[in-house]
Amino acid sequence: MNARDVFKPFLMRIEQITEEAPDVRTLRLVFQNEDEGRGFIFRTGQFGEYSVFGEGECTFCIASSPTRQGYIECTFRKAGRVTSALAALETNETVGFRGPYGNVFPIDQWQGRNLLFIAGGIALPPMRSVIWNVLDLRDRYRDVTIVYGARTVADLVYKRELQEWAGRDDVKLVTTVDPGGETPDWQGEIGFVPAVLDKLAPASHDTVAVVCGPPVMIKFTFPVLARLGFAPGDIYTTLENRMKCGVGKCGRCNTGKHFVCKDGPVFTFAQLQEMPQEY
Amino acid sequence: METEKRSIQREALAKLIEQWCREGKRVLAPRKSGDKVDFDRVTSLSEVSFDHVQTVQSPKSAVFPRVEELFSFRSADGQVEVRDRELDILPETVVFGLRPCDAAAFAALEAIFNWDAPDRLFTARRARTTLVAVACSRADEYCFCTSVGGGPGAVAGSDILLTDLGQGEFLAEIASAKGREMLQAADSLFGPALDADKESRLAKPAAVFAADAVAAVLAGLFADTAFWEEQSRRCVGCGACAYVCPTCACFDIQDEGGASGKRLRCWDSCGFGLFTLHTSGHNPRPLQSQRWRQRLMHKFSYMPERQGVLGCVGCGRCSRGCPVDMNILEHLRAIAEARP
Repeated sequence: MNARDVFKPFLMRIEQITEEAPDVRTLRLVFQNEDEGRGFIFRTGQFGEYSVFGEGECTFCIASSPTRQGYIECTFRKAGRVTSALAALETNETVGFRGPYGNVFPIDQWQGRNLLFIAGGIALPPMRSVIWNVLDLRDRYRDVTIVYGARTVADLVYKRELQEWAGRDDVKLVTTVDPGGETPDWQGEIGFVPAVLDKLAPASHDTVAVVCGPPVMIKFTFPVLARLGFAPGDIYTTLENRMKCGVGKCGRCNTGKHFVCKDGPVFTFAQLQEMPQEY
Repeated sequence: METEKRSIQREALAKLIEQWCREGKRVLAPRKSGDKVDFDRVTSLSEVSFDHVQTVQSPKSAVFPRVEELFSFRSADGQVEVRDRELDILPETVVFGLRPCDAAAFAALEAIFNWDAPDRLFTARRARTTLVAVACSRADEYCFCTSVGGGPGAVAGSDILLTDLGQGEFLAEIASAKGREMLQAADSLFGPALDADKESRLAKPAAVFAADAVAAVLAGLFADTAFWEEQSRRCVGCGACAYVCPTCACFDIQDEGGASGKRLRCWDSCGFGLFTLHTSGHNPRPLQSQRWRQRLMHKFSYMPERQGVLGCVGCGRCSRGCPVDMNILEHLRAIAEARP
């Protein structure tokens, strides 16, 4: 038994740091050991445990697409002890990474259908992985619509990519900021994501919806999607319970009989309706 | 494996413990310290307590230490070197004198730590651990092994189970390959099987509820907020129940020692509000009643369904250790009798 210790992180080099918004940055990480990098395979929707040695670990989705090989990316907001330490690291410094963990967005099953992505605030990163994944396989899907909102214009993450998506004729992008969060030159919508979605009223026929956002946004978005005729089994989200181990042992993410780290983080609204609301 | 019956005299048992120590094994056994009995390292039989009902702490720390170093690391100039734990230096361990309920608890720990991704440190420690249990001649009002599939003389989980037959004589039931290996290494210390009535020597804790009835009722009780508030009204969220529990395995992972330090795994408890608290301030289980519910649901509903094993062996430690006298037996009886 020479299996790798599940708690032993891969050593990653920070190749690139991108400032996304106040206190929000993206790290591009490459494997220091090239053999480990070559053996590493993940699918969109999966997550990992990122660590600063001496500070601890924290859990984020992998924010890059598996179609972009040779690196992984994570986007985080500086909030607690570990994320503050992560934010203090510079290019070429070392980050620990364990993963990939959890289930995936079933993008194979979505082939030939319309895709509607709805995200709020710092919850765009998990969505960014799957968005780039389907855009890199664009001919397999029909209409792609992205609705993304943040509190203020400054809080919108991936601004360069938002511009790129806005410029594509095979993507419909709607961005919004909370009332009062707009700047004088703001061209997008003003309003909360559920309200903007309601106004946009995308067709539910043969469409898969993916929703990621703070709990309050999700809570008010599901009823809108239901009114628009989306079946609970066609609405996907990714849960963000607190985790430590990522492999179904430490007990933190246990929600009903489910472990978000093993059975999730991707769930359909139909599955959530069967689960206790402990997420 | 069929259980092989032998016998052993008290004097021979003393020699057996000395032999284990000579072989370099770490022997952990119940030992009296003041008015408490707890597992500690012993080198002779005279140090071992036999007349207690149950130890304060469970023997789980033999395989799942309260604080365990997962690995150490050295950082310099932004570069990090990770050093694995050396598994070869983990001690061969005999847990002696644990109760049958405690021996049964190892199955629950194995189910958790080996679920899907095997836990390397746990597995290494478990492989080096042999369980020589002593059957219970006494029980107290907190014991309920017979309600959760165990018994005061149950062999399951033990490598060897000893039953005190009086007059310094013990029945020895050899119940596993490890137990047989242990017997073979000291065969001359063991006598032939005795024609003795084991049952008459055992405590008789009453079966109070049926564990499968609890599991069946729990599913329908989840949403009964008032029921859980009533159940947990006294709970102060101290986590003592999880710390003394032989099957509780929830843990935290923390770094210690700065940039050249260690990554540690530490015991944790679902009874703590911090357990599930997000950095954002959002908490999926903000109420103690929800955390108490989680404790019982996890042990009696989720674990049987997901891992095929109950998360409780009826040792009663959580009730004995509770600072506000919550008796889990009463709570489980109330659940078994609830009609949601």
